[in-house]
Amino acid sequence: MIRSEILKEIAPILRNELVVCNIGIPSQELHAIDDQPSNFYMLGTMGLASSIGLGLALAQPKPVIVIDGDGSILTNLGTLPTIGNNAPGNYILMIIDNGSYGSTGDQPTYTSQRTDLAGMARAAGCARVVEVQDKDTGPALEDALASGEATVLVVKCDSGNAKMPVITMDPVVIRDRFMKAVAG
Amino acid sequence: MNIDKRIADDLAANGVSFVTTVPCKQLAGVIEEIDQRDDIFHIPSNKEDEGMGLCAGAWMGGKRPAIIMQNTAIGVTINTLATLIQYYRMPLPMLISYRGELREPVACQVEMAVHTKALLGQLNIPTYHFHWQRDVEEFDNILKYTFMCNKPVAILTDANFWGGYGDQ
Repeated sequence: MIRSEILKEIAPILRNELVVCNIGIPSQELHAIDDQPSNFYMLGTMGLASSIGLGLALAQPKPVIVIDGDGSILTNLGTLPTIGNNAPGNYILMIIDNGSYGSTGDQPTYTSQRTDLAGMARAAGCARVVEVQDKDTGPALEDALASGEATVLVVKCDSGNAKMPVITMDPVVIRDRFMKAVAG
Repeated sequence: MNIDKRIADDLAANGVSFVTTVPCKQLAGVIEEIDQRDDIFHIPSNKEDEGMGLCAGAWMGGKRPAIIMQNTAIGVTINTLATLIQYYRMPLPMLISYRGELREPVACQVEMAVHTKALLGQLNIPTYHFHWQRDVEEFDNILKYTFMCNKPVAILTDANFWGGYGDQ
């Protein structure tokens, strides 16, 4: 499975939750598959989805699901110790690990070679780290929500992108409707 | 005047309850003060752009955030300031240790100091420079201004403001 197929499958789960989605094609795919006010789409700033989601989870009690990528996590590796030492029980970091930088042309990342993000998350102090194959994402995500524990979910899948339109919504509109969903 | 306590008091009085920090020798006292307070949640960051992400999320979650960092970090946070904090129009007070200014003993710190105000100016970030201890009296107004206009605002605090440090 590629990322867009996973997102289609888990869209009914995501719809009811606060979602912070990584820059580039992941946000374009989520926006095209099931746009919701409770989705925060990153339009720039590679690497910070996990941090934005962590700040949000620490600031309020609703569950927060971050849809991140292996390339994005590798860009901001300092995030893992911060998560490992501070993440509250309403925080779920889902890393779609397809071993490539999808938005820039599927150049391989080091997770396609020797680097193990689940192992790195554990070493950084993250207590609940789950690695699953693409087809098992939905149940693993539901388990993470039910657990009430901070979870790092590494989803191994194939490299590849769906052809989706660029998001043209104004960033302040994305942010404003998201904040209303957070407060609602 | 205890400058560290004054800064933390002003943050708390303005409802700032979520502060992330990246350490600096000059900022050690204020970071310790914030860490000890019950009315401010302190989360150390490993890098300043990561900290700005935390602050963005905290603000969308209903908290007033702030970041405490060195001016060298302006070099690594320009993209984050432009494409996250400014693009989505978010408030972010940045209390910045202005290394490389008067009373600085480490020459290399001057290399980023000479670019700091130009970079902040290029980004149209409102910038204040605290040189004398009495300049802290403006801090409360700056915080109110930041959350009024939803912009990142820089408060550059040099070694003279902190009373110098080390043997010099």
